[in-house]
Amino acid sequence: MVGEIIIENVVKKFTTVDGDEITALNGINLNIRSGEFVSLIGPSGCGKSTLLRLIAGLIFPDGGKITLDSDEIKKPDAERGFMFQNHMLFPWLNIYDNVAFGLRARKIFKDKKTDVDEYIDLVGLRGFERSYPHQLSGGMCQRASLARALVGHPKVLLLDEPLGALDAFTRMNIQDEILRIRKEHNMTMIMVTHDVDEAIYLSDRVVIMSARPAKIEKIVSIELAHPRARSNPEFLKYHAAILKLLNYGGKIPELDYYL
Amino acid sequence: MNLLKKIIPILSALFALAIQIFVPKSSLHPVSKPYFTYILLGILLICLILFALSFRSRKIHEQLVHRGYFIGGAVLFFNILNLLTAKSAVLPILYFPSLDRVFGVMFEQTDVLIKCILYSLRLLGLGIFFGALIGVVTGICLGFSKTFAYWINPLIRILGPIPSTAWIPIVLIIFPTAVSASAFLVALAVWFPTTLMTSSGISNIQNSYFEVASTLGAKRFYQIFKVGIPAAMPNMFLGLFNGICSSFITLVTAEMIGAKYGIGWYINWQKEMLSYANVYAGLIIIAVLCSLLITLLFKVRDKVLIWQKGVIKW
Repeated sequence: MVGEIIIENVVKKFTTVDGDEITALNGINLNIRSGEFVSLIGPSGCGKSTLLRLIAGLIFPDGGKITLDSDEIKKPDAERGFMFQNHMLFPWLNIYDNVAFGLRARKIFKDKKTDVDEYIDLVGLRGFERSYPHQLSGGMCQRASLARALVGHPKVLLLDEPLGALDAFTRMNIQDEILRIRKEHNMTMIMVTHDVDEAIYLSDRVVIMSARPAKIEKIVSIELAHPRARSNPEFLKYHAAILKLLNYGGKIPELDYYL
Repeated sequence: MNLLKKIIPILSALFALAIQIFVPKSSLHPVSKPYFTYILLGILLICLILFALSFRSRKIHEQLVHRGYFIGGAVLFFNILNLLTAKSAVLPILYFPSLDRVFGVMFEQTDVLIKCILYSLRLLGLGIFFGALIGVVTGICLGFSKTFAYWINPLIRILGPIPSTAWIPIVLIIFPTAVSASAFLVALAVWFPTTLMTSSGISNIQNSYFEVASTLGAKRFYQIFKVGIPAAMPNMFLGLFNGICSSFITLVTAEMIGAKYGIGWYINWQKEMLSYANVYAGLIIIAVLCSLLITLLFKVRDKVLIWQKGVIKW
Protein backbone atom coordinates (compact mmCIF):
# COMPACT_ATOMS: atom_id res chain seq x y z
CA MET A 1 0.00 0.00 0.00
CA VAL A 2 1.20 3.49 -0.75
CA GLY A 3 0.27 6.91 0.51
CA GLU A 4 0.63 6.43 4.26
CA ILE A 5 1.54 9.61 6.10
CA ILE A 6 2.92 9.69 9.62
CA ILE A 7 3.16 13.03 11.38
CA GLU A 8 5.32 12.80 14.46
CA ASN A 9 5.57 15.53 17.07
CA VAL A 10 5.67 18.28 14.50
CA VAL A 11 6.44 21.81 15.73
CA LYS A 12 6.35 24.85 13.49
CA LYS A 13 7.26 28.39 14.52
CA PHE A 14 6.97 31.60 12.59
CA THR A 15 8.62 34.94 13.14
CA THR A 16 6.34 37.96 12.84
CA VAL A 17 7.29 41.26 11.25
CA ASP A 18 8.02 42.63 14.73
CA GLY A 19 10.45 39.81 15.41
CA ASP A 20 8.21 37.93 17.82
CA GLU A 21 8.14 34.18 17.60
CA ILE A 22 4.78 32.49 17.20
CA THR A 23 4.25 28.79 17.62
CA ALA A 24 1.87 27.79 14.87
CA LEU A 25 1.91 24.05 15.50
CA ASN A 26 2.82 22.51 18.82
CA GLY A 27 3.55 18.81 18.80
CA ILE A 28 1.16 17.42 16.23
CA ASN A 29 0.83 13.66 15.95
CA LEU A 30 -1.34 12.10 13.28
CA ASN A 31 -1.27 8.91 11.24
CA ILE A 32 -3.08 8.91 7.96
CA ARG A 33 -3.70 5.53 6.47
CA SER A 34 -3.22 4.69 2.84
CA GLY A 35 -6.25 5.65 0.80
CA GLU A 36 -7.87 7.53 3.65
CA PHE A 37 -9.71 10.84 3.30
CA VAL A 38 -8.94 13.15 6.22
CA SER A 39 -10.29 16.65 6.71
CA LEU A 40 -8.59 19.27 8.88
CA ILE A 41 -11.05 21.68 10.36
CA GLY A 42 -10.68 24.46 12.90
CA PRO A 43 -10.87 28.18 13.52
CA SER A 44 -9.03 30.36 11.03
CA GLY A 45 -5.38 30.89 11.81
CA CYS A 46 -5.17 27.61 13.71
CA GLY A 47 -2.43 26.22 11.50
CA LYS A 48 -4.36 23.73 9.38
CA SER A 49 -2.92 25.16 6.18
CA THR A 50 0.52 25.21 7.78
CA LEU A 51 0.21 21.50 8.45
CA LEU A 52 -0.86 20.88 4.86
CA ARG A 53 2.05 22.93 3.50
CA LEU A 54 4.42 20.97 5.73
CA ILE A 55 3.13 17.72 4.23
CA ALA A 56 3.55 19.22 0.75
CA GLY A 57 7.16 20.08 1.59
CA LEU A 58 6.66 23.75 0.81
CA ILE A 59 7.83 24.61 4.34
CA PHE A 60 9.76 22.59 6.92
CA PRO A 61 9.06 21.71 10.54
CA ASP A 62 11.14 23.15 13.40
CA GLY A 63 10.77 19.91 15.26
CA GLY A 64 9.51 16.39 14.67
CA LYS A 65 9.11 14.86 11.24
CA ILE A 66 6.64 13.87 8.59
CA THR A 67 7.06 10.74 6.53
CA LEU A 68 5.33 9.44 3.45
CA ASP A 69 5.68 5.65 3.16
CA SER A 70 8.57 5.89 5.67
CA ASP A 71 10.50 8.46 3.61
CA GLU A 72 10.94 11.80 5.33
CA ILE A 73 9.44 14.71 3.40
CA LYS A 74 12.19 17.16 2.51
CA LYS A 75 10.96 19.01 -0.57
CA PRO A 76 7.88 19.43 -2.75
CA ASP A 77 7.39 16.55 -5.12
CA ALA A 78 4.94 15.36 -7.71
CA GLU A 79 4.06 12.38 -5.50
CA ARG A 80 2.19 14.85 -3.28
CA GLY A 81 -0.29 16.79 -5.44
CA PHE A 82 -1.48 20.12 -4.07
CA MET A 83 -4.67 21.95 -4.93
CA PHE A 84 -4.84 25.59 -3.90
CA GLN A 85 -7.79 27.64 -2.74
CA ASN A 86 -7.64 29.93 -5.76
CA HIS A 87 -7.21 27.63 -8.69
CA MET A 88 -3.75 29.07 -9.39
CA LEU A 89 -3.82 28.00 -13.00
CA PHE A 90 -1.03 29.63 -14.98
CA PRO A 91 -2.87 32.40 -16.84
CA TRP A 92 -0.44 32.30 -19.77
CA LEU A 93 -1.18 28.64 -20.53
CA ASN A 94 -4.41 27.25 -21.90
CA ILE A 95 -6.25 24.52 -20.03
CA TYR A 96 -4.48 21.70 -21.87
CA ASP A 97 -1.01 23.09 -21.25
CA ASN A 98 -1.88 23.82 -17.63
CA VAL A 99 -2.89 20.21 -17.07
CA ALA A 100 0.17 18.97 -18.94
CA PHE A 101 2.56 21.26 -17.03
CA GLY A 102 3.69 18.72 -14.45
CA LEU A 103 4.22 15.96 -17.00
CA ARG A 104 6.32 18.27 -19.16
CA ALA A 105 8.33 19.48 -16.16
CA ARG A 106 9.13 15.88 -15.29
CA LYS A 107 9.87 15.06 -18.95
CA ILE A 108 7.33 12.23 -19.07
CA PHE A 109 4.80 14.06 -21.26
CA LYS A 110 5.51 11.97 -24.36
CA ASP A 111 4.69 8.69 -22.64
CA LYS A 112 1.69 10.03 -20.72
CA LYS A 113 0.06 12.16 -23.40
CA THR A 114 -3.21 10.24 -23.24
CA ASP A 115 -3.46 10.91 -19.50
CA VAL A 116 -3.90 14.62 -20.15
CA ASP A 117 -6.97 14.02 -22.30
CA GLU A 118 -8.24 11.42 -19.87
CA TYR A 119 -8.12 13.77 -16.89
CA ILE A 120 -9.54 16.73 -18.79
CA ASP A 121 -12.38 14.39 -19.66
CA LEU A 122 -12.66 13.19 -16.09
CA VAL A 123 -13.28 16.69 -14.73
CA GLY A 124 -15.69 17.47 -17.57
CA LEU A 125 -13.67 20.02 -19.47
CA ARG A 126 -13.56 18.39 -22.88
CA GLY A 127 -13.88 21.05 -25.54
CA PHE A 128 -12.22 23.71 -23.39
CA GLU A 129 -8.63 22.54 -23.87
CA ARG A 130 -7.69 25.60 -25.90
CA SER A 131 -9.39 28.12 -23.58
CA TYR A 132 -7.37 30.31 -21.27
CA PRO A 133 -8.20 30.39 -17.55
CA HIS A 134 -9.64 33.92 -17.71
CA GLN A 135 -12.21 32.69 -20.22
CA LEU A 136 -13.61 30.10 -17.81
CA SER A 137 -15.73 30.34 -14.68
CA GLY A 138 -14.23 29.81 -11.22
CA GLY A 139 -15.70 26.32 -10.97
CA MET A 140 -14.27 25.25 -14.32
CA CYS A 141 -10.87 26.62 -13.36
CA GLN A 142 -10.99 24.69 -10.10
CA ARG A 143 -11.82 21.51 -12.05
CA ALA A 144 -8.86 22.16 -14.33
CA SER A 145 -6.72 22.68 -11.26
CA LEU A 146 -7.93 19.32 -9.93
CA ALA A 147 -7.02 17.65 -13.22
CA ARG A 148 -3.59 19.28 -13.11
CA ALA A 149 -2.97 18.00 -9.59
CA LEU A 150 -4.15 14.48 -10.45
CA VAL A 151 -2.65 13.86 -13.87
CA GLY A 152 0.79 12.97 -12.47
CA HIS A 153 -0.77 10.17 -10.35
CA PRO A 154 0.33 11.47 -6.95
CA LYS A 155 0.20 9.12 -3.99
CA VAL A 156 -1.38 11.84 -1.89
CA LEU A 157 -3.62 14.73 -2.85
CA LEU A 158 -3.51 17.75 -0.56
CA LEU A 159 -6.46 20.11 -0.83
CA ASP A 160 -6.19 23.58 0.72
CA GLU A 161 -9.78 24.83 0.92
CA PRO A 162 -10.12 23.97 -2.74
CA LEU A 163 -13.81 24.79 -3.01
CA GLY A 164 -14.02 27.71 -0.60
CA ALA A 165 -14.36 30.32 -3.31
CA LEU A 166 -17.12 28.54 -5.22
CA ASP A 167 -20.87 28.79 -5.04
CA ALA A 168 -22.78 26.10 -3.14
CA PHE A 169 -24.00 24.12 -6.16
CA THR A 170 -20.67 24.05 -7.97
CA ARG A 171 -19.09 23.03 -4.70
CA MET A 172 -21.40 20.04 -4.27
CA ASN A 173 -20.78 18.95 -7.86
CA ILE A 174 -17.03 19.03 -7.47
CA GLN A 175 -17.28 17.24 -4.11
CA ASP A 176 -18.96 14.35 -5.90
CA GLU A 177 -16.24 14.41 -8.53
CA ILE A 178 -13.56 14.24 -5.87
CA LEU A 179 -15.28 11.23 -4.32
CA ARG A 180 -15.53 9.53 -7.70
CA ILE A 181 -11.86 10.11 -8.44
CA ARG A 182 -10.93 8.85 -5.01
CA LYS A 183 -12.91 5.68 -5.55
CA GLU A 184 -11.31 5.06 -8.94
CA HIS A 185 -7.73 5.77 -7.95
CA ASN A 186 -7.77 4.92 -4.24
CA MET A 187 -5.62 7.91 -3.36
CA THR A 188 -4.89 9.34 0.09
CA MET A 189 -6.49 12.75 0.39
CA ILE A 190 -6.04 15.41 3.04
CA MET A 191 -8.24 18.48 2.90
CA VAL A 192 -8.28 21.73 4.83
CA THR A 193 -11.77 23.18 5.00
CA HIS A 194 -14.03 25.56 6.87
CA ASP A 195 -17.13 23.80 5.74
CA VAL A 196 -18.38 21.24 8.27
CA ASP A 197 -20.82 19.76 5.74
CA GLU A 198 -18.07 19.27 3.22
CA ALA A 199 -15.83 17.62 5.80
CA ILE A 200 -18.55 15.13 6.83
CA TYR A 201 -19.65 14.47 3.26
CA LEU A 202 -16.16 13.57 2.04
CA SER A 203 -14.09 12.31 4.95
CA ASP A 204 -13.33 9.09 6.70
CA ARG A 205 -12.03 11.10 9.62
CA VAL A 206 -12.43 14.76 10.56
CA VAL A 207 -9.55 16.21 12.54
CA ILE A 208 -10.64 19.13 14.70
CA MET A 209 -7.87 21.54 15.57
CA SER A 210 -7.79 24.18 18.29
CA ALA A 211 -6.55 27.74 17.94
CA ARG A 212 -2.95 28.80 18.37
CA PRO A 213 -0.76 27.12 19.28
CA ALA A 214 -2.59 24.51 17.28
CA LYS A 215 -3.18 21.10 18.75
CA ILE A 216 -5.41 18.29 17.63
CA GLU A 217 -8.53 18.72 19.69
CA LYS A 218 -10.40 15.65 18.62
CA ILE A 219 -10.66 13.22 15.75
CA VAL A 220 -14.15 12.24 14.64
CA SER A 221 -14.57 9.11 12.51
CA ILE A 222 -17.46 9.43 10.12
CA GLU A 223 -19.04 6.03 9.94
CA LEU A 224 -21.51 6.54 7.14
CA ALA A 225 -21.62 4.59 3.91
CA HIS A 226 -21.13 6.36 0.59
CA PRO A 227 -23.02 7.94 -1.10
CA ARG A 228 -23.91 10.07 1.88
CA ALA A 229 -27.04 12.17 2.07
CA ARG A 230 -26.63 15.59 3.58
CA SER A 231 -30.13 15.44 5.07
CA ASN A 232 -29.65 12.06 6.71
CA PRO A 233 -30.33 12.36 10.50
CA GLU A 234 -27.01 10.61 11.23
CA PHE A 235 -25.24 13.13 9.02
CA LEU A 236 -26.90 15.96 10.92
CA LYS A 237 -25.83 14.44 14.24
CA TYR A 238 -22.21 14.51 13.11
CA HIS A 239 -22.77 18.07 11.97
CA ALA A 240 -24.09 19.15 15.35
CA ALA A 241 -21.35 17.30 17.21
CA ILE A 242 -18.55 18.87 15.18
CA LEU A 243 -20.02 22.35 15.44
CA LYS A 244 -20.20 21.89 19.18
CA LEU A 245 -16.57 20.80 19.32
CA LEU A 246 -15.69 23.95 17.40
CA ASN A 247 -17.70 26.03 19.90
CA TYR A 248 -20.13 27.10 17.22
CA GLY A 249 -22.94 24.95 18.60
CA GLY A 250 -24.94 27.95 19.68
CA LYS A 251 -27.44 27.88 22.48
CA ILE A 252 -30.39 25.63 21.90
CA PRO A 253 -33.38 26.96 23.85
CA GLU A 254 -34.74 24.53 26.36
CA LEU A 255 -38.20 23.43 25.63
CA ASP A 256 -40.77 24.23 28.22
CA TYR A 257 -44.19 22.77 27.99
CA TYR A 258 -47.02 23.96 30.12
CA LEU A 259 -50.13 22.01 29.84
CA MET B 1 -24.37 60.13 -38.86
CA ASN B 2 -21.93 57.30 -39.61
CA LEU B 3 -21.93 58.31 -43.25
CA LEU B 4 -20.98 61.86 -42.24
CA LYS B 5 -18.13 60.54 -40.13
CA LYS B 6 -16.86 58.59 -43.12
CA ILE B 7 -17.15 61.57 -45.49
CA ILE B 8 -15.46 64.10 -43.22
CA PRO B 9 -11.87 63.10 -44.18
CA ILE B 10 -12.78 63.49 -47.87
CA LEU B 11 -14.39 66.88 -47.28
CA SER B 12 -11.44 68.05 -45.23
CA ALA B 13 -8.98 66.95 -47.93
CA LEU B 14 -11.06 68.65 -50.64
CA PHE B 15 -11.17 71.85 -48.59
CA ALA B 16 -7.39 71.78 -48.09
CA LEU B 17 -6.88 71.16 -51.81
CA ALA B 18 -9.15 74.10 -52.69
CA ILE B 19 -7.18 76.41 -50.43
CA GLN B 20 -3.86 75.09 -51.72
CA ILE B 21 -4.85 75.57 -55.36
CA PHE B 22 -7.01 78.69 -55.33
CA VAL B 23 -5.47 80.87 -52.60
CA PRO B 24 -2.39 82.54 -54.05
CA LYS B 25 0.97 81.92 -52.43
CA SER B 26 2.65 84.71 -50.48
CA SER B 27 5.41 86.30 -52.51
CA LEU B 28 7.69 86.23 -49.45
CA HIS B 29 8.04 82.42 -49.64
CA PRO B 30 10.57 81.05 -52.12
CA VAL B 31 9.12 79.47 -55.26
CA SER B 32 8.85 75.67 -55.24
CA LYS B 33 6.90 72.95 -56.94
CA PRO B 34 3.45 72.33 -55.32
CA TYR B 35 4.48 69.13 -53.51
CA PHE B 36 1.88 69.66 -50.80
CA THR B 37 -0.77 69.41 -53.54
CA TYR B 38 0.56 65.95 -54.45
CA ILE B 39 0.45 64.88 -50.82
CA LEU B 40 -3.13 66.16 -50.49
CA LEU B 41 -4.12 64.39 -53.70
CA GLY B 42 -2.59 61.23 -52.30
CA ILE B 43 -4.52 61.60 -49.04
CA LEU B 44 -7.73 62.30 -50.97
CA LEU B 45 -7.20 59.22 -53.10
CA ILE B 46 -6.60 57.01 -50.04
CA CYS B 47 -9.68 58.45 -48.31
CA LEU B 48 -11.81 57.79 -51.39
CA ILE B 49 -10.55 54.22 -51.70
CA LEU B 50 -11.22 53.55 -48.01
CA PHE B 51 -14.66 55.11 -48.33
CA ALA B 52 -15.47 52.84 -51.27
CA LEU B 53 -14.08 49.76 -49.50
CA SER B 54 -16.02 50.55 -46.33
CA PHE B 55 -19.22 49.42 -48.02
CA ARG B 56 -17.67 46.03 -48.61
CA SER B 57 -15.67 45.44 -45.43
CA ARG B 58 -17.19 45.76 -41.97
CA LYS B 59 -13.75 46.21 -40.39
CA ILE B 60 -12.80 49.15 -42.61
CA HIS B 61 -16.24 50.65 -42.04
CA GLU B 62 -15.86 50.57 -38.25
CA GLN B 63 -12.30 51.89 -38.39
CA LEU B 64 -13.31 54.71 -40.72
CA VAL B 65 -16.30 55.69 -38.57
CA HIS B 66 -14.07 55.63 -35.51
CA ARG B 67 -11.19 57.60 -37.04
CA GLY B 68 -13.24 59.84 -39.34
CA TYR B 69 -13.13 62.97 -37.19
CA PHE B 70 -9.47 62.46 -36.38
CA ILE B 71 -8.31 62.11 -39.98
CA GLY B 72 -10.41 65.11 -40.96
CA GLY B 73 -8.93 67.10 -38.08
CA ALA B 74 -5.37 66.11 -38.92
CA VAL B 75 -5.81 67.24 -42.53
CA LEU B 76 -7.38 70.47 -41.27
CA PHE B 77 -4.30 71.03 -39.09
CA PHE B 78 -2.01 70.88 -42.12
CA ASN B 79 -4.47 73.06 -43.99
CA ILE B 80 -4.25 75.76 -41.30
CA LEU B 81 -0.47 75.39 -41.20
CA ASN B 82 -0.43 75.89 -44.95
CA LEU B 83 -2.48 79.06 -44.56
CA LEU B 84 -0.21 80.41 -41.85
CA THR B 85 3.01 79.72 -43.76
CA ALA B 86 2.91 79.61 -47.55
CA LYS B 87 -0.34 81.47 -48.06
CA SER B 88 0.05 84.38 -45.65
CA ALA B 89 3.63 84.24 -44.30
CA VAL B 90 2.29 85.04 -40.81
CA LEU B 91 4.88 82.78 -39.15
CA PRO B 92 8.60 83.65 -39.56
CA ILE B 93 9.63 82.31 -42.95
CA LEU B 94 13.06 81.03 -41.93
CA TYR B 95 11.79 78.74 -39.18
CA PHE B 96 8.45 77.84 -40.72
CA PRO B 97 9.02 76.96 -44.35
CA SER B 98 6.07 76.20 -46.63
CA LEU B 99 4.72 72.65 -46.61
CA ASP B 100 5.57 72.48 -50.31
CA ARG B 101 9.23 72.72 -49.38
CA VAL B 102 9.00 70.36 -46.41
CA PHE B 103 7.44 67.62 -48.51
CA GLY B 104 9.61 68.67 -51.43
CA VAL B 105 12.68 67.56 -49.47
CA MET B 106 11.30 64.03 -49.40
CA PHE B 107 10.84 64.01 -53.17
CA GLU B 108 14.05 65.76 -54.12
CA GLN B 109 16.45 64.17 -51.65
CA THR B 110 14.98 60.69 -51.66
CA ASP B 111 18.36 58.98 -52.19
CA VAL B 112 20.07 60.70 -49.27
CA LEU B 113 17.07 60.23 -47.00
CA ILE B 114 16.73 56.51 -47.78
CA LYS B 115 20.41 56.06 -47.08
CA CYS B 116 19.95 57.93 -43.82
CA ILE B 117 16.96 55.78 -42.86
CA LEU B 118 18.90 52.59 -43.58
CA TYR B 119 21.90 53.78 -41.56
CA SER B 120 19.64 54.75 -38.66
CA LEU B 121 17.76 51.45 -38.85
CA ARG B 122 21.03 49.55 -38.72
CA LEU B 123 22.07 51.48 -35.64
CA LEU B 124 18.66 51.05 -34.01
CA GLY B 125 18.55 47.37 -34.96
CA LEU B 126 21.94 46.66 -33.41
CA GLY B 127 21.27 48.81 -30.37
CA ILE B 128 17.77 47.57 -29.65
CA PHE B 129 18.70 43.92 -30.26
CA PHE B 130 21.67 43.89 -27.93
CA GLY B 131 20.13 46.28 -25.43
CA ALA B 132 16.95 44.24 -25.15
CA LEU B 133 18.75 40.89 -25.07
CA ILE B 134 21.23 41.91 -22.40
CA GLY B 135 18.49 43.81 -20.57
CA VAL B 136 16.21 40.77 -20.36
CA VAL B 137 19.09 38.51 -19.29
CA THR B 138 20.26 40.99 -16.63
CA GLY B 139 16.68 41.41 -15.43
CA ILE B 140 16.15 37.67 -15.12
CA CYS B 141 19.43 37.20 -13.24
CA LEU B 142 18.52 40.08 -10.92
CA GLY B 143 15.09 38.62 -10.33
CA PHE B 144 16.25 35.11 -9.52
CA SER B 145 19.73 35.35 -8.03
CA LYS B 146 20.19 37.09 -4.70
CA THR B 147 23.96 37.16 -5.10
CA PHE B 148 23.72 38.70 -8.54
CA ALA B 149 21.25 41.28 -7.25
CA TYR B 150 23.53 42.10 -4.31
CA TRP B 151 26.43 43.02 -6.59
CA ILE B 152 24.66 44.37 -9.64
CA ASN B 153 21.68 46.27 -8.21
CA PRO B 154 23.70 49.20 -6.80
CA LEU B 155 25.61 49.38 -10.07
CA ILE B 156 22.38 49.67 -12.03
CA ARG B 157 21.06 52.31 -9.69
CA ILE B 158 24.16 54.42 -10.21
CA LEU B 159 24.75 53.81 -13.92
CA GLY B 160 21.18 53.54 -15.13
CA PRO B 161 19.95 57.11 -14.81
CA ILE B 162 23.05 58.68 -16.43
CA PRO B 163 21.92 60.18 -19.75
CA SER B 164 23.52 58.64 -22.79
CA THR B 165 25.08 61.92 -23.86
CA ALA B 166 27.26 61.93 -20.77
CA TRP B 167 28.86 58.69 -21.91
CA ILE B 168 30.12 60.07 -25.21
CA PRO B 169 33.67 61.00 -24.09
CA ILE B 170 34.28 57.54 -22.59
CA VAL B 171 32.51 55.65 -25.34
CA LEU B 172 34.65 57.37 -27.98
CA ILE B 173 37.83 56.09 -26.34
CA ILE B 174 36.63 52.56 -25.65
CA PHE B 175 34.99 51.66 -28.96
CA PRO B 176 37.03 51.21 -32.14
CA THR B 177 34.47 52.50 -34.62
CA ALA B 178 31.83 55.21 -34.63
CA VAL B 179 29.11 52.67 -35.47
CA SER B 180 29.90 50.43 -32.52
CA ALA B 181 30.13 53.45 -30.22
CA SER B 182 26.74 54.79 -31.33
CA ALA B 183 25.18 51.34 -31.22
CA PHE B 184 26.43 51.01 -27.66
CA LEU B 185 24.74 54.27 -26.67
CA VAL B 186 21.43 53.11 -28.15
CA ALA B 187 21.81 49.71 -26.50
CA LEU B 188 22.46 51.40 -23.16
CA ALA B 189 19.27 53.42 -23.51
CA VAL B 190 17.26 50.24 -24.20
CA TRP B 191 19.06 48.13 -21.63
CA PHE B 192 18.22 50.19 -18.55
CA PRO B 193 14.40 50.23 -18.66
CA THR B 194 14.29 46.64 -19.94
CA THR B 195 16.41 45.40 -17.04
CA LEU B 196 14.46 47.37 -14.49
CA MET B 197 11.02 46.27 -15.68
CA THR B 198 12.05 42.64 -16.17
CA SER B 199 13.47 42.29 -12.67
CA SER B 200 10.57 44.10 -11.04
CA GLY B 201 8.18 41.95 -13.09
CA ILE B 202 9.83 38.82 -11.73
CA SER B 203 9.84 40.00 -8.14
CA ASN B 204 6.13 40.80 -8.39
CA ILE B 205 5.16 37.26 -9.39
CA GLN B 206 2.89 35.64 -6.82
CA ASN B 207 4.96 33.09 -4.96
CA SER B 208 2.08 30.59 -5.21
CA TYR B 209 2.81 30.09 -8.90
CA PHE B 210 6.27 28.80 -8.03
CA GLU B 211 4.77 26.66 -5.28
CA VAL B 212 2.29 25.15 -7.71
CA ALA B 213 5.11 24.40 -10.13
CA SER B 214 7.22 22.77 -7.43
CA THR B 215 4.37 20.55 -6.23
CA LEU B 216 3.96 19.47 -9.86
CA GLY B 217 7.56 18.35 -9.87
CA ALA B 218 9.20 21.30 -11.66
CA LYS B 219 12.84 21.89 -10.79
CA ARG B 220 14.34 25.37 -10.26
CA PHE B 221 15.52 25.81 -13.84
CA TYR B 222 12.20 24.77 -15.31
CA GLN B 223 10.42 27.14 -12.93
CA ILE B 224 12.53 30.08 -14.10
CA PHE B 225 11.84 29.43 -17.77
CA LYS B 226 8.26 28.22 -17.63
CA VAL B 227 6.87 30.29 -14.76
CA GLY B 228 9.15 33.25 -14.12
CA ILE B 229 9.67 34.43 -17.65
CA PRO B 230 6.11 34.08 -18.97
CA ALA B 231 4.69 35.70 -15.84
CA ALA B 232 7.09 38.63 -16.17
CA MET B 233 6.43 38.96 -19.91
CA PRO B 234 3.90 41.84 -19.64
CA ASN B 235 6.43 43.87 -17.67
CA MET B 236 9.22 43.00 -20.08
CA PHE B 237 7.17 44.47 -22.91
CA LEU B 238 6.58 47.60 -20.88
CA GLY B 239 10.34 47.91 -20.38
CA LEU B 240 10.99 47.27 -24.07
CA PHE B 241 8.42 49.92 -24.97
CA ASN B 242 10.15 52.48 -22.76
CA GLY B 243 13.51 51.38 -24.08
CA ILE B 244 12.55 51.78 -27.73
CA CYS B 245 11.16 55.24 -27.05
CA SER B 246 14.36 56.35 -25.37
CA SER B 247 16.40 54.68 -28.10
CA PHE B 248 14.98 57.21 -30.55
CA ILE B 249 15.98 60.06 -28.29
CA THR B 250 19.45 58.60 -28.03
CA LEU B 251 19.68 58.01 -31.77
CA VAL B 252 20.07 61.72 -32.47
CA THR B 253 22.79 61.98 -29.84
CA ALA B 254 24.51 58.82 -30.97
CA GLU B 255 24.67 60.00 -34.56
CA MET B 256 26.49 63.13 -33.54
CA ILE B 257 29.67 61.13 -33.02
CA GLY B 258 31.35 60.50 -36.32
CA ALA B 259 28.29 59.25 -38.20
CA LYS B 260 28.36 59.55 -41.98
CA TYR B 261 24.63 59.13 -42.53
CA GLY B 262 21.53 58.72 -40.41
CA ILE B 263 18.34 60.62 -39.71
CA GLY B 264 19.71 62.13 -36.50
CA TRP B 265 22.86 63.15 -38.29
CA TYR B 266 20.79 64.61 -41.14
CA ILE B 267 18.66 66.73 -38.80
CA ASN B 268 21.73 68.07 -37.01
CA TRP B 269 23.50 68.84 -40.25
CA GLN B 270 20.50 70.63 -41.77
CA LYS B 271 19.87 72.57 -38.58
CA GLU B 272 23.37 74.01 -38.80
CA MET B 273 22.69 74.97 -42.41
CA LEU B 274 19.50 76.67 -41.24
CA SER B 275 17.49 74.64 -43.78
CA TYR B 276 14.46 74.15 -41.62
CA ALA B 277 12.41 72.54 -44.38
CA ASN B 278 14.90 69.66 -44.30
CA VAL B 279 14.84 69.54 -40.51
CA TYR B 280 11.07 69.17 -40.53
CA ALA B 281 11.26 66.48 -43.20
CA GLY B 282 13.74 64.60 -41.00
CA LEU B 283 11.51 65.01 -37.96
CA ILE B 284 8.51 63.65 -39.83
CA ILE B 285 10.54 60.62 -40.93
CA ILE B 286 11.74 59.97 -37.37
CA ALA B 287 8.18 60.25 -36.07
CA VAL B 288 6.87 57.81 -38.68
CA LEU B 289 9.76 55.38 -38.05
CA CYS B 290 9.20 55.48 -34.31
CA SER B 291 5.48 54.93 -34.54
CA LEU B 292 5.98 52.07 -37.01
CA LEU B 293 8.41 50.39 -34.65
CA ILE B 294 6.09 50.85 -31.68
CA THR B 295 3.16 49.49 -33.71
CA LEU B 296 5.28 46.47 -34.60
CA LEU B 297 6.11 45.94 -30.93
CA PHE B 298 2.43 46.14 -30.00
CA LYS B 299 1.58 43.58 -32.68
CA VAL B 300 4.21 41.21 -31.29
CA ARG B 301 2.98 41.85 -27.76
CA ASP B 302 -0.63 41.12 -28.68
CA LYS B 303 0.52 37.86 -30.22
CA VAL B 304 2.68 36.80 -27.27
CA LEU B 305 0.35 38.04 -24.55
CA ILE B 306 -2.82 36.68 -26.11
CA TRP B 307 -3.66 35.14 -22.72
CA GLN B 308 -4.05 38.64 -21.26
CA LYS B 309 -6.61 39.74 -23.80
CA GLY B 310 -10.36 39.54 -23.70
CA VAL B 311 -12.45 38.81 -20.64
CA ILE B 312 -15.04 36.60 -22.28
CA LYS B 313 -16.57 34.34 -19.66
CA TRP B 314 -18.18 31.07 -20.64
